[in-house]
Amino acid sequence: MRRIASIALHTFKESVRERVLYNLIVFALLLIGTAILFGSISVGIERIILVNLGLSSISVFGLLMAIFIGIGLVSKEIERQSISSILSKPVRRAEFILGKYLGLLLTLVINTAIMTVGLYAALFYQKRTLAAADLVVLQAVYFIILQFALVIGLALLFSCISTPVLSAVFTFCVYVIGNFLADIRWFGQETGSALIEKGTTVLSYLLPNFSNFNAITQVAHGQGVPGYVLLSNSLYALLYVGILISAAILIFEKREFR
Amino acid sequence: MFAVETFDLTKDYDVGFFRQRMKRALERVNLRVATGEIFGLLGPNGAGKTTTLKILLRLVFPTAGTARILGRELDDIAMHARVGYLPENPYFYDHLTAEEFLNYAGELFGLRSSERRRRAGRLLERLGVAEARDIPLRKFSKGMLQRVGIAQALINDPQLVFLDEPMSGLDPLGRREVRDLILELKGEGKTVFFSTHILSDAEMLCDQVAILDRGRLQGCGKLREILALGVALTEMVLENPSPELLKELSAHARSLVRTGERVRLEVPQEADVAKLLALAIRHGAKIVSLNPVKMSLEDYFMAQTGATGDAAAGQEAASLSGTKLRQQ
Repeated sequence: MRRIASIALHTFKESVRERVLYNLIVFALLLIGTAILFGSISVGIERIILVNLGLSSISVFGLLMAIFIGIGLVSKEIERQSISSILSKPVRRAEFILGKYLGLLLTLVINTAIMTVGLYAALFYQKRTLAAADLVVLQAVYFIILQFALVIGLALLFSCISTPVLSAVFTFCVYVIGNFLADIRWFGQETGSALIEKGTTVLSYLLPNFSNFNAITQVAHGQGVPGYVLLSNSLYALLYVGILISAAILIFEKREFR
Repeated sequence: MFAVETFDLTKDYDVGFFRQRMKRALERVNLRVATGEIFGLLGPNGAGKTTTLKILLRLVFPTAGTARILGRELDDIAMHARVGYLPENPYFYDHLTAEEFLNYAGELFGLRSSERRRRAGRLLERLGVAEARDIPLRKFSKGMLQRVGIAQALINDPQLVFLDEPMSGLDPLGRREVRDLILELKGEGKTVFFSTHILSDAEMLCDQVAILDRGRLQGCGKLREILALGVALTEMVLENPSPELLKELSAHARSLVRTGERVRLEVPQEADVAKLLALAIRHGAKIVSLNPVKMSLEDYFMAQTGATGDAAAGQEAASLSGTKLRQQ
C-alpha cells in the first residue's frame, strides 16, 4: 500500500509540473470568466448559461488532461526506460499501475476542485450571493470526476498496449461512442437486421456509457440528481474502472521491457 | 550460497513486423556468482549481456531455464529489496532533482524519511554530485546521470548490485571513481555483477568473468585462473646475433624485429625457449632480456569471441593463447 501511495504521489508531482496542465487550467478559468459575460447578455437565464458553460469547461478541459497525461502514464516510462529502475525495485507491476492511476486521478480531482472554486466565484460575482440550491452543481462535478476516472482507466489500458498517439485516438473514440450509446442502440433497432441489432446491443453493454454521467443541463436548471442515480452511477463507474485497471494489470504483467 | 545462479537460461525474441521470426538472444547460459565477489559479464554489443541482466531483474522473461538470486526465485518480491540495479544509459525523471529522485527510490524500498535523507545525502556526496542535488535531472550531463543512477542503485544498501555498463558516459576521472566505488562495495561484503565491454575495467576489478558472444557463454572462470593459465609467449631480445643464429632462430620464433644492433623475437612455444637460449649463448650473442608475456584478458576475450565469429582467426587465437577454458 505504501508503494502504491509513493508511486501515486510521484505521478501527481510529475503531472502538476506539466506545463500543459497550467495552460488548460488558465484557459478553463478564462472560459468560466467569459461565461459571466454570456450570462449578462442572456436576460433571465444568467445562472443557467453560467453553470452550463462553466461545467462544460471543467468537463472538456479535464477530459483533455485525462487523455493527454493518461496516455503517457506508462508509455513515457517505457519509452524513456525509467521503468527499468522502478520495476527492479521491490515493486509489483500491479502496484505500479494502481499508483499511476491514482496519481493522475488525484491530479484531476484537485484541478477540478480548483476550477469548481472558480465557477462558484463566478456565480457569487454574478448574484452577489450563494444559495443552498447552488450546491447541486457539486453533483454534476462529482459525475464529471467519475467520467475522468473512466477516461484515465481507458487511457491507461490503451497506453499499456499501444503508442501514445494511438492510445489518445482510441480513448477519444471510446469516449465519443460512449456518449452516444443510446443512439447507437436505437440505430441498431431501426435497421431491422437482427445481426446489427445484436451487435449494437453488445457494443452498448461493452463500452462505458458516458451519457449516464451528464447532469450538467439538469443542475444548470437547479434540479438535483436523485440519490439512487448517484449511487448506481458510482457503482457503475467503480465496477468499470475495476475492469479497466484489471485488464491493464493483466497486460502489463506479461509485458517485457527490452 | 551463490549470489546469482542461472540454469540453462534461454531467451528468444520475436523480430520483424510483417514476417515475425524468432531470434535467440541467449542460449542455455549457466552462471554461478559467489557472494562477495566482483563478477564481470563481458561481450561485444548484442552478445546478450543486457538481456541476462534484465531477466535477472524480471524486466524480461526467460523462454526456458531458471535463475536464483541470493538463493531466492526471481519473482520473490522481498529478494528485490536486497538488490540494486543501474540500467544501461539511465534516464530518470526530468522534473525531479537528484535528491527528490533518490527520495522516491528510497520510498519504494520502504525506507523511513530520515533514513532516506541521510542515505541520499551520503551517496550524492560519495558520487561527487552533492552540489547538484537541487538541480532538475533534465539539466544533468550523461556522466552526472550515470552517477545518480549508481546512487539510486545503492540507496537500499543492497547485498547484490547489478550494474549495466557502469563506466559508460564517464570521463577518465569518473571511471576511476566508479572503479574505486566497486572495490569499496566489495570491501563492504557486497556482490557486484556488472556488464561491460571495456576489458581493462574488468581486468582491474573482476574476481570472475564470463564471456558472452551472440547469446552463448564462451567461457567463464576466475580471472586469476584465466590470466595464469600460462605464458602466451616469450619475448627475447638479443644483441649482435650472427646471421647463422638468426636463421636458426627464425624457424622457432613467430616474429623477428631488428632495431639497430638488437633483435626482438617472440617465441610462442614455451618448450623452445631453453633451446633457443642455449643456441644464442653458443653463437656468442648477448642476451639483453627474456620476458615471459602472460595472457591478457583481451587475448582471452579475442580468443573466445573470435572462435565463433571467424573460425580461422579463432583457431589461431586459441592456439596462440594455448589456453583451456572451463565451461560451466
